[in-house]
Amino acid sequence: MTVWEFTFLVWIGSAVAGLLGSLTGLGGGVVLVPLLTLFFKVDIRYAVGASLVSVIATSSGAAAAYVKEGLSNIRIGMFLEIATTLGALFGAFLAARVSTGSIAIILGAVLLYSAYLSARTRVRSKSDEIPDPLATRLRLNGSFPTPEGIRHYFVRRVPAGFGLMFGAGALSGLLGIGSGAVKVLAMDQAMRIPFKVSTTTSNFMIGVTAAASAGIYLSRGYIDPGLSMPVMLGVLAGSLVGTRILVQAETKWLRLVFSIVILLLGAQMIYNGAAGKI
Amino acid sequence: MKVIALPLWTDRKVEDLIGNLLRTGVLLSALIVFIGAVVYLARHGTQPADYRVFHGEPTDLRTIPGVLREAFAFQGRGIIQLGLLVLIATPVARVALSIIGFAAERDRMYVGFALMVLVILLYSLFGSS
Repeated sequence: MTVWEFTFLVWIGSAVAGLLGSLTGLGGGVVLVPLLTLFFKVDIRYAVGASLVSVIATSSGAAAAYVKEGLSNIRIGMFLEIATTLGALFGAFLAARVSTGSIAIILGAVLLYSAYLSARTRVRSKSDEIPDPLATRLRLNGSFPTPEGIRHYFVRRVPAGFGLMFGAGALSGLLGIGSGAVKVLAMDQAMRIPFKVSTTTSNFMIGVTAAASAGIYLSRGYIDPGLSMPVMLGVLAGSLVGTRILVQAETKWLRLVFSIVILLLGAQMIYNGAAGKI
Repeated sequence: MKVIALPLWTDRKVEDLIGNLLRTGVLLSALIVFIGAVVYLARHGTQPADYRVFHGEPTDLRTIPGVLREAFAFQGRGIIQLGLLVLIATPVARVALSIIGFAAERDRMYVGFALMVLVILLYSLFGSS
C-alpha cells in the first residue's frame, strides 16, 4: 500500500469513527486503536499515540462549545485534573513496561465494558442537598442554568472521585482513549454532580489528561506524523459533521449498532492480544 | 456618590476566553498539520507505507528543538509534528490561562491547583526524555 492510499483509507476510517463518536456520544477515540491495529496492522504503540492526539483535538473542539454554555464547572475540572494528569503520567509510564499484547487485552476489556455501560439504562442519581465539608472547603459546589431557573448542586465523596479520576487518567495514558465515560461515572455516580455538568466538565478535562501523556509519548517516539495526520484530520472532520447533523439523526439505533461494533472489536482485541498477534 | 466597582474577571469571562483559545488552538494546529500533509504527500506519496514494525521515531521528531528544525527545513513530517505540538500545547495554554483567571479572582487555592496541573503537563512535555 502506498502512503497516499494508506493516508486516504486511514482518513476515511477515522472520519467514520469521529462521526459515530460525536453522534452517539460514546467517544470515537475508543475504536481508533482497534481500527488501526486490527485492520491496518499498525503497531499498537503508534496507534495509541495517534489516538491520543485525536482525543486532544476532538475534546478541545467540543469543550470550546460546552464552556460557553456555562455548564461545566472549572473548579471541579481543575481540581480533578490533578488526579487525571497524574494518572496519565502513570499510564504512559506503564505503557513502556507492559507488553503490547497486554495493552490490547486491557483495551479490549474497556471496550466490552463500554458496550455494557451503553446498553444498560443509566440510573440517574439524585443530587444530595446536604453540603459536604470537604467539597465546600475546596469550593467545588456550584450551580447551572436550567429551563426552570438556576439549580444549585453539592458535591460529595471527593476522595473517591479523585481516586476514580486517577484511574481514568491511567487508562487514558495507557490506551490512548479519552476515558470520558469513566470521568462522567466518577462525577455523576460517585460525586453526585448533575449529569449535564458531569458530561461537559468531563469533556473539558479529557484534552488536558490526554496532553499529559501525549508529551511522554512524543519524546518516546510513539507519535508518528504520517499516521497521526490522517487520524487527527479525519476524526476532526467526522466529529464536525456529526455535530452538524446531530439534531436530525436517529441516535437510538445508532448507539445500539455502535455498541455492537465496540463489543465485537473488544472481543477481537482480547483474542488478538492473547494470541500474540498484536 | 457611591462608585460601584465591576469585577474585571468573572468565571464566565474566563470561560469564554478559554473557549476561544481552545478553538483557535485546534484550528491553528489542524492548519499546520494540513500544510505538512501536503508537503509530505507530495514528496512521499508513492512510497510504501508500513507501520507494522515499531522502530520509534527519529530523534529529530521526538524533541521540540528537533521538530522546529525539521519544520523550518520544510520537511513535511516536521511540519506535521509541529502542528501536533501546537495541539498538545493547547490544553497547556488553557491551564495557564486558568491560572491567570484564578489569580485575577484572588483565588489562591485554585492558582495552586492549576499550577500543579501545569507542572505535571510541562514535565510531560519537557522533562521526560
